[in-house]
Amino acid sequence: MNRDTKYLPRESLQKLIDAVISKGYECIGPQESDGTIIYKQLTSINQLPQGISASQAPGSYTLSSNASQMYFDWANGPQAIKPLLFTPREKLWQSEQSTNGELLFKAAEDDVQPIAIIGVRACDIAAMRIQDLHFLQQQFIDPYYKIRRENLLTIAINCGHPADTCFCHSTGDGPFVDDGADIVLTELEQGFLIHPQSSSGEDLLTHLTLEYITVPQTNEATSIKDKASKQNRRLPELDIKTHLIDEINNDAWHSIATNCLSCGNCTSVCPTCFCHSESDMAELSGMTSEHYREWDSCFTQGHSQIHGITIRSEVSQRYRQWLTHKFSSWYEQYGRSGCVGCGRCITWCPVGIDVIESITQVVDRRHG
Amino acid sequence: MDNSTINPYLPEEAMIIERIQEGPDLFTLRLELTNPAFQSSYTFQPGQFNMLYLYGVGEIPISIVSDPENSQIIDHTIRVVGRVTKGFAKLKTGDRIGIRGPYGQGWPMLESQHKDIVIITGGLGCAPAVSMINYIEQRRDSFARLNIIQGVKHCCDLIWKERYEKWSTLPNTKVLLAADSGEAIWPWHIGPVTALFDQLEFEPENVVVMMCGPEGMMHVVCDHMLDRCVPASQLFLSMERNMQCAIGHCGHCQYGDQFICKDGPVFSYDKIRKLFKTKGF
Repeated sequence: MNRDTKYLPRESLQKLIDAVISKGYECIGPQESDGTIIYKQLTSINQLPQGISASQAPGSYTLSSNASQMYFDWANGPQAIKPLLFTPREKLWQSEQSTNGELLFKAAEDDVQPIAIIGVRACDIAAMRIQDLHFLQQQFIDPYYKIRRENLLTIAINCGHPADTCFCHSTGDGPFVDDGADIVLTELEQGFLIHPQSSSGEDLLTHLTLEYITVPQTNEATSIKDKASKQNRRLPELDIKTHLIDEINNDAWHSIATNCLSCGNCTSVCPTCFCHSESDMAELSGMTSEHYREWDSCFTQGHSQIHGITIRSEVSQRYRQWLTHKFSSWYEQYGRSGCVGCGRCITWCPVGIDVIESITQVVDRRHG
Repeated sequence: MDNSTINPYLPEEAMIIERIQEGPDLFTLRLELTNPAFQSSYTFQPGQFNMLYLYGVGEIPISIVSDPENSQIIDHTIRVVGRVTKGFAKLKTGDRIGIRGPYGQGWPMLESQHKDIVIITGGLGCAPAVSMINYIEQRRDSFARLNIIQGVKHCCDLIWKERYEKWSTLPNTKVLLAADSGEAIWPWHIGPVTALFDQLEFEPENVVVMMCGPEGMMHVVCDHMLDRCVPASQLFLSMERNMQCAIGHCGHCQYGDQFICKDGPVFSYDKIRKLFKTKGF
């Protein structure tokens, strides 16, 4: 247990939300909506999905009520942090053409509202740190991601209820948040353990009345962690990185692709996928054209198109691109796997393709 | 420049100072940045590329073909294939476009000094190689034997015929051209370009091979050179994939663990060998 850990009674969670809002943040939190739990503006604890649990399986997600008083008794919904930092569609710049044909380029306005997101899981904190590496710590820095990241406060919740599709324990990213959030909560039967992981988090906690923790509370948190770490689904304990790239000509890619619809749901819900395309929107006046980027997917035909040729014309090639990138090339690019074990690609695949089964199929059929 | 404050997505304005029609579907735009500060600080290396923006339509990556010594004049040779290039084809002297760059890793010119040079290009693949050939031409004494091979499908596809003729008169230089099919006036080899490889003269332990063109052609070149005991690290290929951002963010140009936009477009063969003969990467 972190030595700064304190106790926050359940009814005081509202005070945390109030403190966040009084600091000028827009508070975003989990809420039941359209049959899922999504993150949207939150002002009251009454909006939280109390006594709700989520049942997840390949291609299936169902919410149900339970008798619990807990607010975070469910595993992750389709999305959390990624759309807040790397937005699905955004304007990058615009060009203005004067009557004599001169062009003026103007970057999009960067007035960003500070956001505090409450209730995010360890997998999403890990995914955010991967996207930080991609957008902020390479040769070029992405100014659009950067300003949102600088204005984001994360209040994470240690995950007590992973779904059947989760495997964060085997990727080393959960179920508890080791590092990278601003504040971390653990939900107990009666209240929360709370500790800061950054100076902004520390600062915010000074606005709350917190209690010292007791030994039974510590024990309860430990048993939650132990229970949540026992996940049925896990990555094969093999050198996946090497095997996948060694097996690019394996027949298994074709059998996996027989089921794949190439719809791109997996890449949309994946919290680390970063592909995006750019496009221009000319205004009818003809004097201004806006330049946008939006999420793209390696499962689309256009993703690999170049002067009339589609490099990945077959679905098996696209699935292989996604999987070998996520679990193999990613190591060379960012020093780790691109998978945080959130299991979303399994849950939200309309035909229930299980990424772990796919990996297993390829490595089991490996030559030699 | 400080990377944390600049916006790498934002183009700068450039003016077309000359438009040269090179062939039926091929033209060169000679550009000059309009902002004097950007113009004077702009430098590039042979093999690098710029993102060119056509107002209201979009951006595309195009390699730079002019000489880096005179980096205020930026030439781009463009083939008409898609929406943006069709639009560029209609522009004329004095028109403005957007430009950002230069991007990527170019040809290993400094490392190639005093070595034998083999340059093999196919189809329109010669455009990214032209800046390199010009570079060598301007500094001919700094390099040993120079071999230039260019293959085209049909003899009428050959562009820059005069340049090849001029290059063939350089000292210690061999220029070999091939067309898969030709006519009576075609004075060079008719048949596959690969048949010319045996005429190449170089020391395997002291040669740099640079190639650009269809990947199938580059496969054959790499195999031939490895057979002649040239190390994979001395074979250089200019690669092409879909590119939208050119700064390693958008993900389209990934080739295994490499981003073609920033780790390439020029790669030594040992960097990409693992995936090179498999379709779909």
